[in-house]
Amino acid sequence: MRPTRRTSVVAGALAVAATLALAGCTGSSGSSSSSSASGSAGLTPVKLQLQWVTQAQFAGYYAALQEGYYKDEGLDVQIVEGGVDIVPQTQLADGAVDYAIAWVPKALASREQGAGITDVAQVFARSGTLQVAFKDKNITKAADLAGKKVGNWGYGNEFELFAGMTKAGLDPATDVTLVQQQFDMNALLSGDIDAAQAMTYNEYAQVLEATNPATGKLYTAADFTTINWNDEGTAMLQDAIWANTSKLKDAAYQDQTVKFIKASLKGWIYARDNPEKARDIVVAAGSKLGNSHQLWQTNEINKLIWPSTDGIGKIDAKAWDQTVTVALTAKNDQGATVITKKPDADAYTNDYVTKALDELTSEGVDVTGSSYKPIDVTLQPGGN
Amino acid sequence: MSLLRAGAVPGWVRRTGEGLLALLAFVVLWELVKLVVPDGGVVVGGVSLLPRTSDQTMPHVWSVLARLGRPETSATGSVSLAGALVTASWFTLRISLAGWLVGVLAGLGLAVVMQRWRIAEDALAPWVVLSQTVPLIALAPLVVGWGGKIHLGAFAWDRWMSVALIASYLAFFPVAVGALRGLQSPTAAQVDLFRSLAASGTRTLWRLRMPAAVPYLVPALRLGAATAVVGAIVAEVSTGTQGGIGRLIISYAQSATGDPAKPWAAIAAAAVLGLVAAGVVGLVGLGLRRFRVGEVA
Repeated sequence: MRPTRRTSVVAGALAVAATLALAGCTGSSGSSSSSSASGSAGLTPVKLQLQWVTQAQFAGYYAALQEGYYKDEGLDVQIVEGGVDIVPQTQLADGAVDYAIAWVPKALASREQGAGITDVAQVFARSGTLQVAFKDKNITKAADLAGKKVGNWGYGNEFELFAGMTKAGLDPATDVTLVQQQFDMNALLSGDIDAAQAMTYNEYAQVLEATNPATGKLYTAADFTTINWNDEGTAMLQDAIWANTSKLKDAAYQDQTVKFIKASLKGWIYARDNPEKARDIVVAAGSKLGNSHQLWQTNEINKLIWPSTDGIGKIDAKAWDQTVTVALTAKNDQGATVITKKPDADAYTNDYVTKALDELTSEGVDVTGSSYKPIDVTLQPGGN
Repeated sequence: MSLLRAGAVPGWVRRTGEGLLALLAFVVLWELVKLVVPDGGVVVGGVSLLPRTSDQTMPHVWSVLARLGRPETSATGSVSLAGALVTASWFTLRISLAGWLVGVLAGLGLAVVMQRWRIAEDALAPWVVLSQTVPLIALAPLVVGWGGKIHLGAFAWDRWMSVALIASYLAFFPVAVGALRGLQSPTAAQVDLFRSLAASGTRTLWRLRMPAAVPYLVPALRLGAATAVVGAIVAEVSTGTQGGIGRLIISYAQSATGDPAKPWAAIAAAAVLGLVAAGVVGLVGLGLRRFRVGEVA
């Protein structure tokens, strides 16, 4: 067709749109926290899948990247952020990434559905899940939840709570009113929920960053009571480094796994010794949460890891067994358990983390943090 | 439909005025709800009929506007919230446009094939409809999963391409449906005229069907632009792609308790982005003005 003036206007408009779209997008592709595969000769490219977007929950990995610990081990690590619908276990089992961070119960459920993954380092030794209530509700232990409006997130985040209630002799279906909880804490503050689920390092901080309308100042920890599942004996293991089970048969991947764990643990040790700097690294990596919130998060995460009697990342058989028991027995409101049969022997191994810890110890690195003391963090309004 | 009498003022002034009035009406409605409905919402017999209207759940419009001027976070050198939202919107707009282009090409191609061969229409039409019933959130992780494995020489599949692909998946539908209706719109007499002049199928397509399709196509393109933005935002949320407005919406949602104006600002920015995208595509319509007789919305 002979181009007319009209069609060339259209073609021009389309071309402008195309150029805008394409030229722009290519420029932005480097914005992920990749250290770029090309140009780093001799380094092995490794992808790590997170469960969620950049935040201090993953400070150790970002610190290891920023401080060059991965590079020292010959690894070119790219940290892949998670999203609402990204399941790290699936990404790992499908081979889209080399390692993934995931909670143990969720990963066990994925394993039962056929995902070939193995826990190679249990970074968080303790659970960070709380049930938070206003002090005047008098909820200090699981048994006090009877007759109360109890919030939970569902999606596999609820099993510690249900196990705790069951252990305290409550029937979660009849003895409490279950409320599906959003990811903010407004329902607790407005009284729709009596006891709300919260992570020590995130949602609990959110309530302490909100203004108490009665005083005009921020709420304080004294306004609330918390149930800690570590104390109730139904805690489940959370963030761990998972590797691909079938690839672990390959000697090169085994070697790489030790290196990856070693550098990652070194990053966590950095975050323990330099919480402010670790926070700055996370903020620089693109976290949109405020400074005081991120420092709080770094500090709370450190408390979940340190002190670490056996050395950071070592999988404690007792905590593992408790996790498996709860996963097998605790029923949620739909009557489902996390898993239906005991996980096989490939579910976890201390082989690689032990090697990594030995190397770190021989380099004179403190891997137990026996003298670890948390810092005091003052939260600012809105977490800023 | 028009509030001001047509002809008295130029069309674009009238349309802009109406747009601003609609915006103002929304702001008034928002504040009215805040004023009239009690802070705790309206609950009848344990069932919540109207949502809470406290400042925490529904911040005042001016609180949101004021928040825009303050820094995004307390990190040193943090840009203003407005600046962060503009940067993120620009990122998402580019991805949406890339997705829109792919979607338009696919939609047009499908429409041409379906118009040309009746059997293709019978075979493809159900699939076109079916494609839109697959939930986006189920699709997004799959696309990202496949994308992560594509490496063709120097070309590596980036996360933003998955997002653009998902945007195109939403955008192609209105274009395919609109274009097909448009291509089929010439009357039998018009088609017979072309046939009597021994015009080829291709010539009939270019000279008769395409021009006739324009009034159907332009609104479809605009609708496609809006859905491409929705697709891009949902895909960003779903996959956690860094840099766009979707990512900011989930990041800011975490501040909803202590800084409620922040997530609302991101949501408002996403809405504005959809309008901007539809507006940009509207420019294409300007170039096609000659063909736009009796436009069908």
